[in-house]
Amino acid sequence: MNPDLVIDVSGLSKSFGGRPVVRDVAIQVRRGEICGFLGPNGSGKTTTIRMLCGLLTPDAGEGTCLGYDIRREAPLIKREVGYMTQKFSLYEDLSIRENLDFVARMYAVPNRDGEVDRTLEQLGLVGRQHQLAGALSGGWKQRLALAACILHKPRLLLLDEPTAGVDPKARREFWDQIHRLAADGLTVLVSTHYMDEAERCHAIAYIAYGRLLVRGTVDSVLQDSNIATWLVKAPDPAALARQLEGRPGIDMVVAFGTVLHVSGLDPEALDRAIGPWRDDPQLQWSPAEPSLEDVFIALMSRTRDELQ
Amino acid sequence: MGVPPEMLMTRFSLRRFWAVLIKEFVQMRRDRLTFAMMVGVPVMQLLLFGYAINADPKALPTAVLSAESSAFTRSFLAAVENSGYFRLVREATSEADAAALLARGDVQFVITVPSDFSRRLVRGERPPLLVEADATDPAATSNAIAALSHLAGTALARDLGGSLRHLQPGEPPFEVRIHRRYNPEGNTQYNIVPGLIGTILTMTMVIMTSLAMTRERERGTMENLLAMPVLPVEVMLGKIIPFIVVGYIQVTVIMLAARYLFGVPMVGSLFVLSVVLVAFIAANLSIGFTFSTVAANQLQAMQMSFFFFLPSILLSGFMFPYRGMPDWAQALGEILPLTHFLRIVRGILLKGNGWAEVWPELWPLLAFMLGAMLLAMLRYRRTLD
Repeated sequence: MNPDLVIDVSGLSKSFGGRPVVRDVAIQVRRGEICGFLGPNGSGKTTTIRMLCGLLTPDAGEGTCLGYDIRREAPLIKREVGYMTQKFSLYEDLSIRENLDFVARMYAVPNRDGEVDRTLEQLGLVGRQHQLAGALSGGWKQRLALAACILHKPRLLLLDEPTAGVDPKARREFWDQIHRLAADGLTVLVSTHYMDEAERCHAIAYIAYGRLLVRGTVDSVLQDSNIATWLVKAPDPAALARQLEGRPGIDMVVAFGTVLHVSGLDPEALDRAIGPWRDDPQLQWSPAEPSLEDVFIALMSRTRDELQ
Repeated sequence: MGVPPEMLMTRFSLRRFWAVLIKEFVQMRRDRLTFAMMVGVPVMQLLLFGYAINADPKALPTAVLSAESSAFTRSFLAAVENSGYFRLVREATSEADAAALLARGDVQFVITVPSDFSRRLVRGERPPLLVEADATDPAATSNAIAALSHLAGTALARDLGGSLRHLQPGEPPFEVRIHRRYNPEGNTQYNIVPGLIGTILTMTMVIMTSLAMTRERERGTMENLLAMPVLPVEVMLGKIIPFIVVGYIQVTVIMLAARYLFGVPMVGSLFVLSVVLVAFIAANLSIGFTFSTVAANQLQAMQMSFFFFLPSILLSGFMFPYRGMPDWAQALGEILPLTHFLRIVRGILLKGNGWAEVWPELWPLLAFMLGAMLLAMLRYRRTLD
């Protein structure tokens, strides 16, 4: 067991009512690292996170979280993990302070009043501490939820789409906060749909259809993907998109105004596929740097084809 | 020109109405439990009201304390049993024994035959026969007592033939003295008001706790609760105990009203009552908690509470005499905590019962409480699986 790995699981699988939701997922996260957990809706991110913190029992697979066995030592994991649920799950009929008091008592935080004060301060909630949680807007609820997660000084944060439905400024502040916490040695696994957030992570893991497709740093994922993207400016992009879509070698066609992004996981196959249109004088072709989003969507469509 | 668009929105549309109708049926079908309750509750009411309830209880258990055994007493007792209202179940050994039988509620009546009954009867002295009735529930005894008064004139008609013919009919040859114990005026409120303590507690306690976990689940706070290092028993006790306090407040209000508005006698020890109350409240709370671990939402929890409440009211002896019910209904009633609590609370307040008389009803209450708690713990899921 590598002591530097805060999360080290492999072969995780889970099905609900015979429908597999997570298949054979392996994740490793190093101490102090912010790991972005990406994937489309229903890809199994939430289920994986719940298995990591003992809320769900995996059907198969094993591993450790904070050095504790995820199957047998779930109660010990719960003590040292801060888990932020996708849906706000604190008490709307309690005030901010009352919610934090409750959480602090649950984790038997020593010097409760002081710690609650410190956490309120840290997240800028002092002025609102007596407001009912139910009366808060999305951004403030998210801050409160984060406060409740870090109050007991966990060693690992599991954040399940913490920024969904939060405005860009609040999102940015949230991420600044996450980076400060990671700088202090906290390890973070955070699921998200936002590519700009993925780019702020030290490492990313991409999951689709319950399978882990890639993991690594943002750069290595881009490099390893070997994906090629062409931009093409066309008078009737919709008609062209219909012609290109589904051709062997073309994994993805996306329209951005009058410009189409045409991507493929195999550059040579892509070149062959677009060959018949390259010389069309009405079309302007130019090579482009693929983005993280291009990589993921291409990966997803390929995986879907493989599964069908 | 067609119909103007605003007309389209104001006119009744069969299609839109149909859309709502279909949606409602689909949703109804999805919520199986609610549907089952909608069918189950009327069936249960029908069966209970139709078969179990009988406002004219017969075959009430009766003990005899007889100082002599003569043809007259045998005839009298036979006549008593033939009236259908009495079932002679016990031969009391002493006055104290007879009193204990009444206090525990083992028998509804005690018939005492004095030692010189036959001798005085023959002499025409019209000796008294004492019938003591447990009148805590006047409805349960009134018909039986009415039947009893006729017996004096007719029971000995055959025994008093021949040379003794001059003793009848005219005045009855002996006197049946009826003694309504615990509630001499036959005041119905003395029975109902203490019973209300149990009924109100059952209703509020079961409903409140049945919502306890379903509320967490419905509001989405369950996931957070499960993610925290907390044991099921900590959650259960933490959720139950506030309601014990609420229950005590309710009891205090009802007791004050019973004392000062209805003048209900309080003969027994309020300390004993308050100890029993903890067990009774906890039993109801744990059944409510069990419901809340089963129910998927608050509506289902309410329905389950109602499903429990209905037989509690009908079969416990609160509304209708317990002994008027058929055996199967009495057996069901024995399972319910309210049945036992009613006997205890009436026993303490009206009869002045103490620990010795309370215990036979207290242990079933405790057993129920432990069973319900165990069930709740087994049902409580520590994961979201």
